[in-house]
Amino acid sequence: MTKNLRVKSSEYIDETNRVSFKFNGKTYHGFKGDTLASALLANDVHLVGRSFKYHRPRGIMSCGSEEPNAIVQINPGSDRTEPNVRATEVEIYEGLEAISQNCWPSVEFDIGGINNFISPFLPAGFYYKTFMWPASFWEKYEFFIRHSAGLGKSPTTSDPDTYDHRNLHCDVLVVGAGISGVLAAKNAAKNNFKTLLVDEKNELGGSTIFENNEFNKIDNKTPSDWLKKEIEELKSIKNLEIKTRTSVAAYHQYNYLLARENLTDHLEIKNKKNKIRQRLLKIRAKKVILATGSLERPLIFNNNDRPGIMLSSAVKKYSEFYGVACGNKNVFFTNNDSAYESALSLHNKGINVEAIIDIREQSESKIVKKVNDVGIKIYRSYTIVDTAGYKRINNISIMKLSNDGTSVIGNKISISCDCLGVAGGWTPAVHLYTQSGSKLTFDEEKKAFLPNKNTSEQISVGSCNGDFKLDEIFNNLKKKIKEMLNINETDFDNIKVENDQENSKRNIWLLPSDKTLGKTKPFVDYQNDATAKDIKLALREGFRSIEHVKRYTTTGMGTDQGKLGNMHALGIIADTAGVKMGELGTTTFRPPYTPLTFGTIVGRNVGKFFDIFRRTPMNDWHVENKAEFENVGQWKRAWYYPINGETMHQAVQRESKSARESAGILDASTLGKIDIQGSDASEFLNRVYTNAWSKLAIGKCRYGLMLNEDGMVYDDGVTTRLGENHYIMSTTTGGAANVLGKLEDYLQTEWPELDVYLTSVTDHYATASLCGPNSKKILKKIIPDLDLSDENFPHMSFKETNIGNIQCRIMRISFTGEHSYEINVQASYGKNLWEKCMEAGKEFNITPYGTETMHLLRAEKGFIIVGQDTDGTMTPIDLQMDWIVSKKKYDFIGKRSLYRSDTMREDRKQLVGLLTDDPEIVLEEGAQIVSKLNQSPVEMLGHVTSSYFSPNLNKSIALAVIKGGKDMMGKKLFIPMEDKNINVTVANPVFYDEKNERLNA
Amino acid sequence: MFLINCPYCGERDQQEFKAGGEAHIERPKQPTELSDDEWAEYLFMRKNIKGVQFERWNHTHGCRKWFNMVRDTSNDEIKAIYKMGEKPPSQ
Ligand SMILES: [Zn+2]
Repeated sequence: MTKNLRVKSSEYIDETNRVSFKFNGKTYHGFKGDTLASALLANDVHLVGRSFKYHRPRGIMSCGSEEPNAIVQINPGSDRTEPNVRATEVEIYEGLEAISQNCWPSVEFDIGGINNFISPFLPAGFYYKTFMWPASFWEKYEFFIRHSAGLGKSPTTSDPDTYDHRNLHCDVLVVGAGISGVLAAKNAAKNNFKTLLVDEKNELGGSTIFENNEFNKIDNKTPSDWLKKEIEELKSIKNLEIKTRTSVAAYHQYNYLLARENLTDHLEIKNKKNKIRQRLLKIRAKKVILATGSLERPLIFNNNDRPGIMLSSAVKKYSEFYGVACGNKNVFFTNNDSAYESALSLHNKGINVEAIIDIREQSESKIVKKVNDVGIKIYRSYTIVDTAGYKRINNISIMKLSNDGTSVIGNKISISCDCLGVAGGWTPAVHLYTQSGSKLTFDEEKKAFLPNKNTSEQISVGSCNGDFKLDEIFNNLKKKIKEMLNINETDFDNIKVENDQENSKRNIWLLPSDKTLGKTKPFVDYQNDATAKDIKLALREGFRSIEHVKRYTTTGMGTDQGKLGNMHALGIIADTAGVKMGELGTTTFRPPYTPLTFGTIVGRNVGKFFDIFRRTPMNDWHVENKAEFENVGQWKRAWYYPINGETMHQAVQRESKSARESAGILDASTLGKIDIQGSDASEFLNRVYTNAWSKLAIGKCRYGLMLNEDGMVYDDGVTTRLGENHYIMSTTTGGAANVLGKLEDYLQTEWPELDVYLTSVTDHYATASLCGPNSKKILKKIIPDLDLSDENFPHMSFKETNIGNIQCRIMRISFTGEHSYEINVQASYGKNLWEKCMEAGKEFNITPYGTETMHLLRAEKGFIIVGQDTDGTMTPIDLQMDWIVSKKKYDFIGKRSLYRSDTMREDRKQLVGLLTDDPEIVLEEGAQIVSKLNQSPVEMLGHVTSSYFSPNLNKSIALAVIKGGKDMMGKKLFIPMEDKNINVTVANPVFYDEKNERLNA
Repeated sequence: MFLINCPYCGERDQQEFKAGGEAHIERPKQPTELSDDEWAEYLFMRKNIKGVQFERWNHTHGCRKWFNMVRDTSNDEIKAIYKMGEKPPSQ
């Protein structure tokens, strides 16, 4: 039987619009405008979850994003399910379903609740201790911990929603639309600043919008009425954009802020479809005004975590804003006047308030007198020593506090209640302020860390600045925005503000009980179940740094980042260690302020947009001819072309054989191409390549190796001299962008005197590489006019010509060892060129081959692939490529490093060939190489870098890097694998056509 | 996320740029004359200051130009930006 606790119609709740929703399988009703929390409370449901470690029953504690307990799973089992959602932030809609997290089998009966009774064995650092000692314990605990812990379930299907990113630029960003934020935004916009005002709630006005305390007046009106009028005026102001349901997650340097705008979370499921769910706003603001408000603190006393124990300000908001009574027998427990405002607010709505327990001896403010006058019992200088009620508070025990506040005296008084509002003072929400890199100072009187930086780029106003009273807020706001915006007046300069003054303060971070601390449970971090005891234990165990205590006790490490209890943790540490809070410092608040979904973070960059890819102009042909593709950098390259159900191995063997026996064709468009021009182009190449370039004749090609300044091989490729001052350099597919960047760096910063211009032309050309003994005949069919004789067009030379009307550049160069041509045409003719080659090559059984065959063919020739046979630690000498390193040149990039003692070591890893004793065994790339089998630990000499079965040699071949390999020719080594040891012999890395006779075949 | 004033393009978001390490480390004109230690000094040793540091930056997704920046690494305040070859501002 559910009760109806709705006490009064509220203008923010639409009682004509009834909404049904499910919580833990049961159907309830609320109204449009309710949050899940307010709707549950209206149905008298307080118990909503279990705590993380002890599985204690927990209830709704707050009414905002600081909620530590009421964490639920939304729409379980659906593709839109979301864990770790705060019930206080979920706006209900028809059909909403939510379930409690962290309880099994149910929130009412929870197996893990037994942890509560064995809690003496789960002290601070429990998790660390189980990890550390003894090791076997962890195995025992693991099953138990993994089953009972856990925060919700992530969805198992892909997210059906769309997310978006948007860049916003503004003169003034105001974060928080409470009274300070509204006034700041209004005055900024009115003074022609392009202003953006954001607030995480769906209504503007913060807590002032329901502030009806008769002792606070603005312009002789209640703060609520006055602010409503101000908000109404906002609508007609130009230059002002307002975004509600928008939570600022991060505040980075140079006023760059990230905010999540919630667009459909409050809509019924059928209305969520085809809309953007959340948008990440990337805001660059010239000026930022932080008006993020403050969070009410709880009090730390024995058993302060039962369902029904809430923040006093939340009890007030539920009644004023949502028209919901949180209980029928309400008690407040306080150290300041805030609870009196809540009590009076409830009283005025006819909700029963049993008593106020105040740890202060007295308070003379008007509101306290008024509460006394209406007949609410006030216990002064009392504290709560215990509470009762397992699933809902039903009783409190109170005792008189000693003068110094460290103990209790006198008789215990028992008070029955069903809701306890707790008011422990206010903590300014300085999270974003500190994220921006600004520092805090501790205000001893306000017991709060406050911002102390105000610049023309950033100010903090209102209660996040420690201004809690209306007159303080107005006065400081006026002054600060005038300074920041450089204006002479605001539109509230002459508004009269009256407010009640709080006269007396008393702060005790950890309230005493009649029991010893060891026998009590005063929770500091509700979500992670850290108690004051745990913090004291951590200090006894020697932890001093606040950051260490935090990690050891897990205080402040939940999804709420300890928004409620962090100050108490600091206070208890300071009191225990006998230091001042200001000296202790605070823990770091990290982004995001409230959790972000992955969807929001990635925005549109999902699926095929996750990482962009590039396709060559011949791509369609490869697809039509059923090529398999592989990713090379961002490129999709044809890998092999299986026919008639061939495996990859079968296809590659066939392609490799055809290319050598008759003709093959490869799409080489992805190779990087850099156009180099200028009167110093030759000198430039001399400096960047290891070999000499000055004497390269126009129309000739040369292979070049590029090093880093540390002497290690960086890239390679063939460069062709097109004219006196004109070259075209080719780079590896993956290295193209980096090579261009590196060359630009040297040109701009080291050698600005050189007259050289670099242009990337990779995308401008499509390249077909024609190879094999019949390649010449095929090319002749395509370009009958071109003289292909070795005299006119020898190996390593270049011709510019036409295929029909299409201009083309042809290099006679070879990466396979066969007679071959690289034909370059303007990219848009790429597919046409390819089809022409295929047509002309038909009679020669021309075979398209992919990257795998290319790799195999070059390995037969012992040609390296930078990045496969090298790894940034190989010099050209290590690669046995001494022939390409000029001895005559005075300098080139990396030259000096080749003479460092380390690079000249004889026992460096050097590139060699490997042959398996059993020619059928193909080695695994990456396999380790040893010379002794019965050694422990065995010395690892190197590893296999490339390995294939060569169809042309009919045996397995491999390249490897081996310590001192150069001098090991013919040596027998071993490759130990999981199930066998493979015998190998070191060999010449050139396995095929050692004399290069096929180039001119 | 810095806002960087490229000397050729104006203010742009940090994501258009790439940091290029310590500035004013000139490549030796005659590397072969250097001892291993002297060459290692050029090749490997960098200051990595907490405080005011002179750095190279490249507007990779813009004009592709390299320039110098004076940045306080303790608070990321950019104190000055100047072109390659220009004299660094005195501290
Ligand atoms: Zn630029």
